[in-house]
Amino acid sequence: MLLTEELLATEEFFFCFVFLRLRIRVRVDGFMWIRIKGLKNGEFTVQQLVEALGLSLTSTQPQTRARGVKLLSEVLQECYGDLTEKEVEVLIAFYENRLKDHHVTTPPVLQGLRTLTQCPTLPSGSAVSILKSLFQDVHVQSLLLPDRACVYKMLINIMDTREAELKGLGADFVFGFVQSMDGERDPRNLLLAFQIARKIIHRGYNLGKFTEELFEVTSCYFPIDFTPPPNDPHGITREELIKELRHVLTGTPKFAEFLLPLIIEKLDSDVQSAKLDSLQTLAACVALYEHKDLAEFLEGLWASLRREVFQTSSEKIESAGLAALTAITCCLSRKVLNSDSEDALSAFLDMVLKDCKHHLSEPDLKLVWPSAKLLQAACRASNRASHIVTAAVMPALIEQYNSRNQCSHRRTLLEVIQRFIQSVKGSESPENEEQVLSGICPSLCCVTFAALSETNSSLQVTATSVLSSLTKQTGLLSNSQIELAVDHLARLVLSDEDDAVSLAVVACAGGLAELHPTVFITNMIPRIKRVIFSESMKQDGESMQNTQPAVRQRCLSVLAVVSTKPCVAQESTPVLLEVLNAAHSGEVGFSLEEAVLACHSLKRIAERVEDTKDSGRCFHDIIIPQLLSLALQAALQGENSSTRHSPLAEEAFLSTMVAVISTACSRLQSKLAGQTAERFVSLFLDGDVSFLPGNSFPSHIKLLANQQDSWKQSQMVCLLMGCVCSLPRTVMVPQMERLLSELEEMSCTCSHPMSYTSAAKCFAGLVNKIPQGDFLDSVLQKTMTRILCELNLAASRVRTQAYTFMIWVAKALLLRYHPTCTTLTDKMFSLLDDADLGPVVADGFSLLMSDSADVLSRGCHADVRIMYRQRFFSENSTKLVQGFNVAPQEKKPNYLKALSNIVNKLPKQVQVTELPALLSLLLEALTYPDQSVQLSTLSCLEPVIADPPPALIQQLEALVGRLLPLTSAPTMKVKIASLRCIYALSRFPEHEVLPFRARVLHALATPLGDKKRLVRREAVQARGEWFLLGSPGGSSL
Amino acid sequence: MSGGTQLENANPVIFERSGERLLTAADEDEDVHDPIDDREIFDLIRSINDPEHPLSLEELNVVEQFRVKVNDTDSNVDVEFTPTIPHCSMATLIGLSIKVKLLRSLPDRFKLTSTFWKTLLPIYNAFLQCMILLLPI
Repeated sequence: MLLTEELLATEEFFFCFVFLRLRIRVRVDGFMWIRIKGLKNGEFTVQQLVEALGLSLTSTQPQTRARGVKLLSEVLQECYGDLTEKEVEVLIAFYENRLKDHHVTTPPVLQGLRTLTQCPTLPSGSAVSILKSLFQDVHVQSLLLPDRACVYKMLINIMDTREAELKGLGADFVFGFVQSMDGERDPRNLLLAFQIARKIIHRGYNLGKFTEELFEVTSCYFPIDFTPPPNDPHGITREELIKELRHVLTGTPKFAEFLLPLIIEKLDSDVQSAKLDSLQTLAACVALYEHKDLAEFLEGLWASLRREVFQTSSEKIESAGLAALTAITCCLSRKVLNSDSEDALSAFLDMVLKDCKHHLSEPDLKLVWPSAKLLQAACRASNRASHIVTAAVMPALIEQYNSRNQCSHRRTLLEVIQRFIQSVKGSESPENEEQVLSGICPSLCCVTFAALSETNSSLQVTATSVLSSLTKQTGLLSNSQIELAVDHLARLVLSDEDDAVSLAVVACAGGLAELHPTVFITNMIPRIKRVIFSESMKQDGESMQNTQPAVRQRCLSVLAVVSTKPCVAQESTPVLLEVLNAAHSGEVGFSLEEAVLACHSLKRIAERVEDTKDSGRCFHDIIIPQLLSLALQAALQGENSSTRHSPLAEEAFLSTMVAVISTACSRLQSKLAGQTAERFVSLFLDGDVSFLPGNSFPSHIKLLANQQDSWKQSQMVCLLMGCVCSLPRTVMVPQMERLLSELEEMSCTCSHPMSYTSAAKCFAGLVNKIPQGDFLDSVLQKTMTRILCELNLAASRVRTQAYTFMIWVAKALLLRYHPTCTTLTDKMFSLLDDADLGPVVADGFSLLMSDSADVLSRGCHADVRIMYRQRFFSENSTKLVQGFNVAPQEKKPNYLKALSNIVNKLPKQVQVTELPALLSLLLEALTYPDQSVQLSTLSCLEPVIADPPPALIQQLEALVGRLLPLTSAPTMKVKIASLRCIYALSRFPEHEVLPFRARVLHALATPLGDKKRLVRREAVQARGEWFLLGSPGGSSL
Repeated sequence: MSGGTQLENANPVIFERSGERLLTAADEDEDVHDPIDDREIFDLIRSINDPEHPLSLEELNVVEQFRVKVNDTDSNVDVEFTPTIPHCSMATLIGLSIKVKLLRSLPDRFKLTSTFWKTLLPIYNAFLQCMILLLPI
């Protein structure tokens, strides 16, 4: 076969020709496949391939030669893993030789070389020879972009695999690299080049005399100024480049003499990003440097940093500057001091102090903040720096404070002092070194206490934060100082009226109490106790006007805040219990609110106190029995005397008490928890009062037995619920069977709403935790029969009770995915048609889907599976829709209400995906006159409208048509909700809503004149937004 | 902007914003009729942005609550405003903004007058009235 060079010029012919010589049947469209498969399967060898390519490789036309090499390189790309060492050697020799060829052959040659460097069988020494000939024969920067990338990738490959050989090459390698990257412009290639430079520096290649050259060739890109083009496919960001370059520049102290002048120069630039980058680079590089690298530039650096912080307009630059100063000081502090050399750190700090200190004492305090920040940044760097700076600054600041009269100045100075205390760095070995602030501490305390006694509230607030930061320095304050501090805090709590001050004081006291509990026990708590009780004594006297319920309330909340340590809690809880006692007996006039607040404080203590044996005992032995005893006394009192009504029998109080008991019980250790449960159960089942203090109870109390008139006793069942329903699941409740049946009896027969609801909740809480098995099944069997029986009797008097019972049991089962749940929920759906219970059942779905606070929550260790709401919804939504379709007209609102109650509680993501199916039903719901249906539908539509699915846009006509009439509905809540929806509609795609503009604007004119201001406000907002539709910037009128 | 890149009042004094109107129990009560009062009108216009600065009219003290007069029964609203600097050419635009905002936000029974603070600049007052009449609102 004779092929001319012209024929070879077409690609297909060329390949065909080559493969024909290899005696392979060629289909033009399949040649890629063949050439890979052939070589891999050993049908021909590389040698054969080279021979086959012979003609083209030796052609006189450079283009043809280039194509030959290209084919060879591409084949190698597919099979470099299979090459033998011998073959690689031959190929490398060939390729190296080809580098000298015409420039058009260079790109495929580079590609081939790159492939060969990936070979596992690369013979030793060949990497060096490749590089030598590469640096010698190729001028990298005159290549095209992908070919340059190819060179860099080749270098990275070799550096990864042949590090030792390259290091043998010495500085020549660095020189070659510097030459090849000099003038690189493309960000993609720069990233690669920076990677190589970083490897050179971090892996300790010998830079030789080319240190400066390497620095020059990389630092010319600093600071990086690159904005990626919009929709850039390569995804290279400025931050990436900055990060890589910074790694290079900050990688070695050898660059210090070049880099630091460059940074000083760039800090003069006007470009904000350049400044920021320089400062960050500075902070990064000094982390590696030693004093000698920095020494000659310190002055220049300080001058630039000072200028940046003093004159900056941007917070970012300021904080970067401060961080850089901290880093420099840190670097200087690292130097080991010896007697003959000068102390670099103190010399530098002297310079800083000289420039900054006088600003702290200038009369108008104009530059006080920047100077203080600079000094604090230096102070933060090391323990020694802290010593030097605070010794120089603090006495002056305190003197300043004492000599100023203006409150705002004093506050500024106090704030500065506070920051200094915060930025003091403790030494690593606290035993043998003196505290930084110990010398100045007495006068600091003096200033703080003086400020706390001022009348200016902002000064007081600042002083409390100074106090907090002082106490955080461990071991700084002496005991007497702490006592004094607590004294001041107590005084402020008891006397001050300013909200901000008392908030700050309470927070400060909380922090202090954690560190120094004893002082609080001996000082604060007795004082608070005195005030709580003495104030109330005065009430009947003439100082009636002075009694401040606010002070008492604050005292109660302070007691809760300081009791994070068990030892403090042991002292503070008796005070709270005493308050409750007094509220019960009525001796000192505590109101119901105060009793509730005291109880609430107990709950906060139960939540926050550290979990130890002591605290558990405290709650188990003292608090819970006392609370129970008080509640029981209040309940019995109602029986005996009709004269006084104890606030402790009120529902509001009982529900807070439930929270205390349930929080405490959920945190008890299992042994104590078991004991507590036993006591509760025996009290409620057998009337066993032996563990209650104040032994004056009648012997036969029957709390669970149904006495029709004694609702005060029967409602105590909620306390039982608080205890047994929040125990950890491992704790067994004794006499479970009897307890359950009594609770069932009570919840089905009692007539007092709180009592039967609590009994039902208690039953549900227990059922939720009973392990799977026969016992659970039999209990459920019995209960279900009873519930269904009661509910099916239309004339039954206790249908409401049975329904309440059912819904709580259903919730308990729903949460744990129990299969019986379906029977109960199906019953609920069928009850939607019920004449009496229908609307109540529809509301019940909201209870079913929401979290209840006091029972069946995760905090109470209940068995709550994830996503039970979604599960319930997906299982039942079709039933609901079917029920709606067949229901008689007057019952339909119940279905709609149930639906919107369910949808309302679903997570938004689920709402959005599920809504299209239910949309027509929800729109239907808007037309029903029942306002609660309208309201709950609107509230679940609103988030959906804000993020509209396509289905909603198709229904736009119906939606607008139903929303607009609602804006003049009779109740204001519906009006407001519908106006919000209309407002959200204006965010729809403009072309969809624009046709409605005139109609909406006309309709919204009516609510503008509504009699309620809140409605008008929403109308104004919605109408304003609709006016702007279709007019960019709202220019059209 | 009339001055090109040059602001007419480059460095204005900034005033504090008043907070949201506090909700009262009467506001939530369905049966109570809330009349349109000065504060309500002021709330409508205080958040209008100044043409020159990214600041509201309230922050520049152009509008103040005590210069807003409403008579709900007679359906009259009178708003006086103070340009930040005496010869402010933006005054017409501000007046227009206030007027448009009120037209859109009040029931159409109201009659609106928005004027400069009269003692300050009577001549601009007349000019402004002309401007507003000419515009097809």
